[in-house]
Amino acid sequence: MTTALILVPIGGALWVWLTPWKNSRGPGGLALLIALVELALWVGTLANFDFSDGTLQFETSVTWFSDLGVSYTVGLLDFSLWLVGLTVLVSAAAIGYGFWVGRERPAAYLGLLLFLEGAVVGVFTAQDLLLFYVFWEAMLIPLYVLIGVWGGPGRLGATVKFVVYTMAGSLLMLVAIIAAGLSAGSFAFSEVGKNQSVWIFLGFAAAFAVKAPLWPFHGWLPDAYRESPPEVAAVLSGVVSKAAAYGFLAIALPLYPGSLTHWRVPILVLASIGLVYGSLLAFRAPDVRGVIAYSSLAQMNLIIIGLFATNASGNDGALLQMVNHGLISAALFLLAGAVERRTATGELSLLGGMARGRPILATVLITTGVIALAVPGSAAFAGEFLILNGIFTQGWGWAVVGAVAIVLAAMYILRLISAVLHQDVGSAVPAEALDLRPAEVSVIAPLVVVLLFLSFWPAAITDHALQLFGAR
Amino acid sequence: MSGFQQPTIDWAALAPELVLLGGAAVCLVVALFLPWGWRRPFCAVVAKLCFIGAGVAAAILFAGDETGVGVVADAIQRDRLAELAQIFIAGSGLFAVGVSFGWARNERTRVGEYYALLLSAGAGMSFFVAASNLMTLFLGLEWFSISLYILCAITVERLPSLEAGLKYLIVGSFGSAILLFGSAFVYGATGVIGYADIAAGAADADRFLFVLGLALILVGLSFKASAAPFHMWTPDVYQGAPTPVTAFMSAATKVAALVGTMRLLVTAFPSEARLWTIALAVIACISLAWGNLAALVQTDIKRLLAYSSISHAGFLLIPIAVGTSLGGRALLYYLIPYAAMSIGAFGIVAARERELARPLTFDGLAGLGWERPGLGLAMSLFMFGFIGLPPAGLFLGKFYAFSAAVDRGWTWLAIVGVVATVVSIYYYAGVVGAMYFRRTIEVRMAPAGGSPPRDWALSATILGAVVVTIGSFIAAGPLLDIARDAVSFLEFPS
Repeated sequence: MTTALILVPIGGALWVWLTPWKNSRGPGGLALLIALVELALWVGTLANFDFSDGTLQFETSVTWFSDLGVSYTVGLLDFSLWLVGLTVLVSAAAIGYGFWVGRERPAAYLGLLLFLEGAVVGVFTAQDLLLFYVFWEAMLIPLYVLIGVWGGPGRLGATVKFVVYTMAGSLLMLVAIIAAGLSAGSFAFSEVGKNQSVWIFLGFAAAFAVKAPLWPFHGWLPDAYRESPPEVAAVLSGVVSKAAAYGFLAIALPLYPGSLTHWRVPILVLASIGLVYGSLLAFRAPDVRGVIAYSSLAQMNLIIIGLFATNASGNDGALLQMVNHGLISAALFLLAGAVERRTATGELSLLGGMARGRPILATVLITTGVIALAVPGSAAFAGEFLILNGIFTQGWGWAVVGAVAIVLAAMYILRLISAVLHQDVGSAVPAEALDLRPAEVSVIAPLVVVLLFLSFWPAAITDHALQLFGAR
Repeated sequence: MSGFQQPTIDWAALAPELVLLGGAAVCLVVALFLPWGWRRPFCAVVAKLCFIGAGVAAAILFAGDETGVGVVADAIQRDRLAELAQIFIAGSGLFAVGVSFGWARNERTRVGEYYALLLSAGAGMSFFVAASNLMTLFLGLEWFSISLYILCAITVERLPSLEAGLKYLIVGSFGSAILLFGSAFVYGATGVIGYADIAAGAADADRFLFVLGLALILVGLSFKASAAPFHMWTPDVYQGAPTPVTAFMSAATKVAALVGTMRLLVTAFPSEARLWTIALAVIACISLAWGNLAALVQTDIKRLLAYSSISHAGFLLIPIAVGTSLGGRALLYYLIPYAAMSIGAFGIVAARERELARPLTFDGLAGLGWERPGLGLAMSLFMFGFIGLPPAGLFLGKFYAFSAAVDRGWTWLAIVGVVATVVSIYYYAGVVGAMYFRRTIEVRMAPAGGSPPRDWALSATILGAVVVTIGSFIAAGPLLDIARDAVSFLEFPS
């Protein structure tokens, strides 16, 4: 079952690539179908998942090469199930959006998105360190090509920066994996065992810190988020960044409790700086994508704060916030794409007044925005509250920083909404610009609906996850 | 002559070399009597069959030989290490014939000699990896080197090719001379030339002469492996030589030189392991640094791949330098995807060169990915693979090489390798970027004289290289078991 979740998108990608398409809509239709099949497969997995059992489920294990003890082992834990769900939902939305927009060379484009989906699902399900690394690196190739070929004018610089940054981090992780695996005689998560080596912990932390990104390892982020096509940015910020948080949650924290206590404070300091810094830059960013990009930076740092609280409340909150932020930033990037299509710019100074005569756009954007700024009662409020509650036990100062950041979040989101929707009609906004088309609504609305559902019932995730770590 | 006793010759152990040499003779002699039009296909088929035959012969020997024995008066070793390396060499030769087939269209006057030399170089390498005394080591080295010198210069009307041949001849001979000089010192110190005898006599040897000899031998072999700082010939020769020859050299010479080096050091110099492990580690670091940094500024793709091969010499020296059985396995496994990817990459360069009728630069790559999707995908696989990204087998090769270093306690060496890999991303990803990212309007390189004729041999070769590259990733388990069998004959010092 888990293997099917990985292979459906990757096999689908090959199918889309290798079919000699005559019809320009063909590849999009097939890719969307595959993405929906994958979504259905996940729903089936969810229905069959036993949440009362905190162990690995739907496990497959095949020896890959025996002399170092490496195996193909995949399976689902309760929290990875939710992250896989986030992945398949956001990927389906991104593929649907890419299909509707009609990118050049659709077969290559959508195939790469499917391949990326498969790689991310692999990251969330791999139970062997080397296999985890394989999927981790496999995410990089499609992103490199997606940004490099279909990106904006600054794409060449953005791709180089993105790839060199992330590879530098992940190769340090490779050394850490080798050291951890050799000393344990096996690379399986379950057998690597707790380890006190600070260097190994830091090797893992380097990779996750770059990918998340933790401040100050975010140098690649603004360019990559600005130059990507919107649906790629949606996947990148919504899903791929969660792979890093997942790495902390599933590998770095449980396996290296000793190093954790030494490095908690430095990492919390960096994350707190990142939270405030990202929020401030989001407040000052001149364009729509800039606001979303820096708010992503801030949110990821908040999630890291939750993870490093290392208690049930902080981790539950971090997990919930991972799903929330994945949905929010994906929806916001797709909405940014919709705005940019109508006005050919993302400059806030040239936008404005788009709410008038465009009720659907205004409703969707405001709903997403209100959830994003963590209005009480929203899913993000639940997540941030749990994170702050968790980190409070580590010291009230951290919680104060987090609370300040929530105020800042309200400021930048409201500024974004007002600059796009309200105020005077911007010079770049043509009067004939249409409201959201039904296709766009059908892509973005599911993300918002799930967010609303989680707002009503955040316990859907928090009560059905992290059984394994519950006592930690 | 009275004291000379003819040794018993184990013809079976020599089968791979004999098949290749027989093929060379057939190419040279029979081609003379054939009409012009038949020579190219005939020689190509003979070469292809002989490389397959040599590979099969080596595989049969591999299956049968459960222990290693010295044969022909202990001049060569009949063991699985030699046989596995011979399979690699035969495979490289097979792929090289595929790359050569279309190129040889314009070389029909020399086609017999070309394939004969290719086969003879393969035979020399097969002999070299089995060598087990200093004399056969030198003989094998000169045997394949001389064949390669001529191959590099075989298009005599092209000045770069002549220059490449001459440069390789001079620098290569210099390297051989140093190797011979070192062998003489070792012989002077111990009075014997057999590897095992040297190891046995090391204790009583004059230490100064012995170590000096070892150092000179290391330098001589580093020339062949194109490890920095003994790599000076590599970029010019790789660039100037006809591309199919470059493809063959980059893969097969590396296999031969590195396997030969490992056998020599492990069997003849275990007593000096402390010295040569650290010396090789230093050479590996220099190669990694030099190869990668110099590659950053290249614009010619063949030159870039030449520097890439220098940096991979560094990666390949890491597992030899650690001097453990894990390292030996890492080396042998690494060579499989490396050889396939190297030939595949040069094969694509050859294809594009034929299309543009000029040397290939970054500009020449523009749009290749969209015009020729198959070649573009394959090239992307090779470039991402050289970085060490899955699903290329080289990923596991690097993983194993670094594991060997960490296992020995040399984590710093693995970190040097990691840093080198980070640097290399820039130019490998740049190649992929050049193929796909430039809008085709920006750089419109019109194929000279329209599309070239379909070259099924080249396409099949590149497909084969792709299959080996990905296959070695998926089937890593069985391949590593084979590599383990092959190195189990060596007694590693630590």
